Amino acid sequence: MIEIFRNPNYDFIGKRKWAYYVSIAFTLIGIVSLVLKGGLRYDIDFTGGTLIQVRFEQPASVDKIRASLSKIGLGESVIQQFGDPHEFILRMPLTAERPEQMGRRVQATMSGDAALGKFEIRRVEFVGPQVGRDLQLQALYAVLAGVAGILIYIAVRFDFKGGAAAIIAVFHDVLVCLGALSITNREFSLPVLAALLTIIGYSVNDTIVAYDRLRENRGKSVRGMSFAQQMNNAVNQTLSRTVLTSLTVLFSAVILFLFGGRTLEDFAFVLLVGAITGTYSTTYVAAAIVVDWTNYVEGRVRRPKKAVAKA
Amino acid sequence: MRRNLGLRIGLVVLVVLGSIWYLYPPKKTINLGLDLQGGIHLVLGVDTDKAIASQTERVAEELKSALEKKGIGVTRIAREGNSDVVVQLANPQSWNDAQTVVGEFPNFERRDVDQAAGRFRLAMTPREVDRIRDFAVRQGVETIRNRVDQFGVAEPTITREGTDRILIQLPGLQDPERAKALIGKTAHLEFKLLDERTSTEDAQAGRLPETSELLYQRRIDKETKVERKIPYVVQKRTLLTGAELNRAEISADPNSPGNWQVSIEFNAVGTRIFGEVTEQNVGKQLAIILDGNVYSAPRINERIPGGRAVITGQFTVDEARDLAIVLRAGALPAPVTVLEERTVGPSLGADSIRRGLIAIAASAVVVFLFMLFYYRLSGLVADVALGLNLLILFACMAAFGATLTLPGLAGIALTVGMAVDTNILIFERIREELRIGKSPRAAIEAGFTRAFRTIIDTHLTVMVTAAILYNFGTGSVKGFAVSLFVGLSASLFTAYFFTRLLFDLIYGGRRKLEAISV
Repeated sequence: MIEIFRNPNYDFIGKRKWAYYVSIAFTLIGIVSLVLKGGLRYDIDFTGGTLIQVRFEQPASVDKIRASLSKIGLGESVIQQFGDPHEFILRMPLTAERPEQMGRRVQATMSGDAALGKFEIRRVEFVGPQVGRDLQLQALYAVLAGVAGILIYIAVRFDFKGGAAAIIAVFHDVLVCLGALSITNREFSLPVLAALLTIIGYSVNDTIVAYDRLRENRGKSVRGMSFAQQMNNAVNQTLSRTVLTSLTVLFSAVILFLFGGRTLEDFAFVLLVGAITGTYSTTYVAAAIVVDWTNYVEGRVRRPKKAVAKA
Repeated sequence: MRRNLGLRIGLVVLVVLGSIWYLYPPKKTINLGLDLQGGIHLVLGVDTDKAIASQTERVAEELKSALEKKGIGVTRIAREGNSDVVVQLANPQSWNDAQTVVGEFPNFERRDVDQAAGRFRLAMTPREVDRIRDFAVRQGVETIRNRVDQFGVAEPTITREGTDRILIQLPGLQDPERAKALIGKTAHLEFKLLDERTSTEDAQAGRLPETSELLYQRRIDKETKVERKIPYVVQKRTLLTGAELNRAEISADPNSPGNWQVSIEFNAVGTRIFGEVTEQNVGKQLAIILDGNVYSAPRINERIPGGRAVITGQFTVDEARDLAIVLRAGALPAPVTVLEERTVGPSLGADSIRRGLIAIAASAVVVFLFMLFYYRLSGLVADVALGLNLLILFACMAAFGATLTLPGLAGIALTVGMAVDTNILIFERIREELRIGKSPRAAIEAGFTRAFRTIIDTHLTVMVTAAILYNFGTGSVKGFAVSLFVGLSASLFTAYFFTRLLFDLIYGGRRKLEAISV
């Protein structure tokens, strides 16, 4: 029988003060990056605009493509290499011009450019302004509603403190992921949104496993053990499961990141960051907050009692 | 849990067989999204205001002729805004007679009544406005479906989205430009007389009688690709529309070799009107107008009794064929605009799915091997359970006719993660029970029971979230939610019925259980 831990008894909860600093530092780094860069870089899914993905027979360069596009007044387009140097993505902002016309003009100017050689247009996407805004809002509503659902479920099955702490952990994970996106200059696209939803699910799953263990232990009611100790036991008892599950998720995310192609890269990146922060936040955000919150409430209940005893 | 062993085996076998039945053959049963197989995704916005305006316009015309028939003179009757008609009677004395006629239009309410001046306004009732909006979108969906069917696309999706949008998905299509032209064309065919008294120069300078309008014929030179616009002054009154069409066929254009034309044939009503119009206007030019563009304006030489006409315009065979399709399928009740368009070339779809599938398969293999290595025989049980989980998931997707997209694959990834977690929870719990000195059989019993409480909570929370996402989300968020919800239901099923069953089968038979491989 292979075992990673045999009856582990690390003091996780005791070091929570340090963890708060770490959590705050990471979320702050993300927020600072987001603020400095003027918010997230949204993909055209959310902003509206036209996207053209081209594959050239000869390796091309951003400069050559820009030179070609400048001739038709589209030199300001965002041009990015997508995977290998044969493939590029061109993004044009919303204009009055119809997308098929713009596509045709782009095709015409690049066909006439000997420096670029032969190419194939592999993907054209156009998102109108109304659709982009609708998508942003609806995605936000969907996520907020989903989070509210989690809060209610945990509040009913466990308690409100646990629900609120789990939600704070979810927000922490999402913020860290968004910060990581911002720092690595990745765009917020639909696949990234899907990855964030996955991370929310994963984070909540992990948190509930810890809560569940705590509830089971409390049922046995060991005397003289502080709430922090009980929580620490629950975390330790589920530690091997936590590590094993995180490892399998990490394996999968790393493989997707390395071999999934450019289409899956951003998705896998968020999954990777999220798997780490999701595991971390169970102990050091959700459990830690529940412990301090409970201590605070019990402290307030106890103090007046002492006052009564004195009198 | 030794009880009901036969029943539990039966249930699992039933589920497996059912899944295979739904899944076979997989190429036909699993719908791949456009991001995975290539094709066109279009969201069209229906300009329902235009539909209301043209209905109001029609009512104004009808009201005018109804009043004239009763001998009630009007100095002005016109549409105002989208849904109002203003009427100015020539003589306020005829007020009461006029109101009787107005009574025949129950979908309009009288407003701003000024009896002394003989003036009133008719406003379309809100109920009628809603009905027309709804009808315009429904009719639009029908018309587009009709066109796409005639065009010949395999498994198109054409559905209404929200109140005024139409979602169109055409998988695996090779020529997106042509399909878009075919779908987006309003195809409003009109026959109008030329206004031969006003010169095109005067019209372009803005000197145009109120009853006429300036339209253009667009000709694209086949070699230079330069568009030429030829102006025509056309009387506003529509004599006949495409609504009265019976047939539209293509044939070679006898006057212009290499080009094609569309021959049309009117229905009985259209044939009668066409006969009258041509009889009364011999020697004049009749313009054939499609979506505001003049296609041709042949001179009428004599009365045409058979209800046949020809639309020429230097069409290629494809252009002529597409025009015939849109004319047969009928006009859209309101113009549409493209709000969102995604065209994925088939090569990109194939590329992304191949790379994605290889990566997903690789990560699955790593997880399988890891479980086998760490948990030995129990790991094998978990792997088989995971396989069954995916089988059920794909079978359900096939049974619901759900479409598998990239976000859908994300949902499956989370499902697989949680399904593996389920097994890890159970096995770790069994190991723990063994450590505190329980007998192997008691440890299995306690491990499953204890772990199961946790599993139900984790699954239900995420399923609640998935259900909410499905209700609040759009397209891709919905795809994620569906595969996640279905996958987690399958995961609960396999954990409760299948993993436990395998344990019972492997260890249950032995009278004395010494050790378990976990």
